[in-house]
Amino acid sequence: MRGHAWKFGNNIDTDLIIPARYLNTSDPAELAQYAMMDADSEWVDKMSKGDFIVAGDNFGCGSSREHAPIALKAAGVSAIIAKSFARIFYRNSINIGLPILEAPQAAEEIKEGDEVEVDLAAGEIKDLTTGKAYRAQPFPAFMQKIIDAGGLINYLKRNN
Amino acid sequence: MGKTIAEKILSNHSGRDAKAGDIVIADLDFMIGQDGTSGVAIDSFRKMGAKKVADPSKIAIIIDHSSPSPNEGVSAIHKKIREFASEQGLTLYDIGCGVCHQLTPEQGHVVPGDLVIGADSHTCTYGALNVFSTGIGSTDLAAGMISGKLWFKVPETMKVVYKGKLPKGTSSKDLILALIGKIGADGATYLALELYGAAIDELSVDARFTLSNMAIECGAKAGLMAADDKVMAWVKQHSQKKPDPQAADKDAVYKQTIELDAAKLEPQIAKPHTVDNVCPISKVLGTPIQQGYIGTCTNGRLEDFQIAAKILKRKKVKDGTRLIIAPASKDILMAMIADGTYESLLESGAVAVTPGCGPCVGTHNGVPSDGENVISTANRNFKGRMGNPNAFIYLASPATVAASMIEGKIADPRNYL
Repeated sequence: MRGHAWKFGNNIDTDLIIPARYLNTSDPAELAQYAMMDADSEWVDKMSKGDFIVAGDNFGCGSSREHAPIALKAAGVSAIIAKSFARIFYRNSINIGLPILEAPQAAEEIKEGDEVEVDLAAGEIKDLTTGKAYRAQPFPAFMQKIIDAGGLINYLKRNN
Repeated sequence: MGKTIAEKILSNHSGRDAKAGDIVIADLDFMIGQDGTSGVAIDSFRKMGAKKVADPSKIAIIIDHSSPSPNEGVSAIHKKIREFASEQGLTLYDIGCGVCHQLTPEQGHVVPGDLVIGADSHTCTYGALNVFSTGIGSTDLAAGMISGKLWFKVPETMKVVYKGKLPKGTSSKDLILALIGKIGADGATYLALELYGAAIDELSVDARFTLSNMAIECGAKAGLMAADDKVMAWVKQHSQKKPDPQAADKDAVYKQTIELDAAKLEPQIAKPHTVDNVCPISKVLGTPIQQGYIGTCTNGRLEDFQIAAKILKRKKVKDGTRLIIAPASKDILMAMIADGTYESLLESGAVAVTPGCGPCVGTHNGVPSDGENVISTANRNFKGRMGNPNAFIYLASPATVAASMIEGKIADPRNYL
């Protein structure tokens, strides 16, 4: 996957990702219109499908709302690269099949607008603008199986 | 090697000798969803091809976040939830019953030693009852409803000891805000907390819920406490279920131990827009306030309203400001009516809304205007949390909110006690 980087800071919470006032639907396409609304109200119009979010520590802290990763995935975010993720967001992203990569150095050094390429299977992140390559933290084997299946729903269907 | 409370409860529910770092599949004692998250959980349930939940007696859905419904989109979600609950025969707490994290313990669904999940991040509240309870998302809730089980990574534990006794005018809210301010919003990410100390021993069970409730605000997976005599008496009064309390071993291994001196605590305030942006009240005294809110799963219990009523007695909410109150359950509302707290607060100018989440999550019941400052007993002050990204939310104890509403600016409750 290849796209441009959009940088966000530390502690990007789920109210910034998708405010509760827009949770009157579970339709991904509708939720996508409001992705990152309270962090940057024009972001959805500026970003292109396939782009990456590159953020600091504790991305996705706050509410358990699965609408947060659903909205980002439906908006066309191909993966989130962060220094660290909040626990529930991390789990929700794996469950719905939104790729997340914990890679502190990449999250620090990649700049807004840089062209980024990610090889999920290898856990490799390349900043094509600077030419630097990074490695993401590998997932525990059990979680990798859920990721490989494309999320928990597919994983359970395959294993039942 | 000894075990922490988290290791013991997850061992007991997975049938293996689980240690921090292990991944286990564990049997769930109870699970909940609310109206913000259950719609997606029901969608996931259907997509997984399920027809029946594993055990309807172990599931409750609570309509509390937008209750009664403020618009047709939410009404459609409520309808979907009601139909699902009826079809599956599970417990539904409809509008006006209260907040999920008050109802689940109050109605006796959870007891010490239980393993509980909830599609709401503040499910960690029941840690005060020695329950390993944690927030998960909607798809995990669906998997739990279908199988009665869920996978967990056994967390390492951070031990927190509050030494000394709380000074007059401070409460459990100030204890937990002080901790979050000290360790930060991600200070305990992926960890369980175990909370101990003289200051905790002195607290009522209701006050302890406030602490466990906010464990998630420093990233923790659970906010566990010991099942002492107060907890066992409280549980006996509320539940028929058999408790199986779990104490940490003397030689349990902790990732970190933190000590805080409760005796030196001032009332604490979390300033906008993060919960770890905490300072002593002296730093923000006099900040103008337009709206106050007392309620939520953090601080909407009887004693929270009693202290507010005591401070506001024979006084009025400052002209030009408003104080909204929402009891955390109908039982609490009835108790407030019975002991005069409700009437007293209304006489002082408070405006009461339906038992439930009230304006906390920004869907209804008091969305602030651009540039306004709100002082609230809730657990989150994120930008946009109460429905307007251009408003500012300060978090505080019920006593601090009450004192501030008398003056129309952030005020020290110790001057009114």
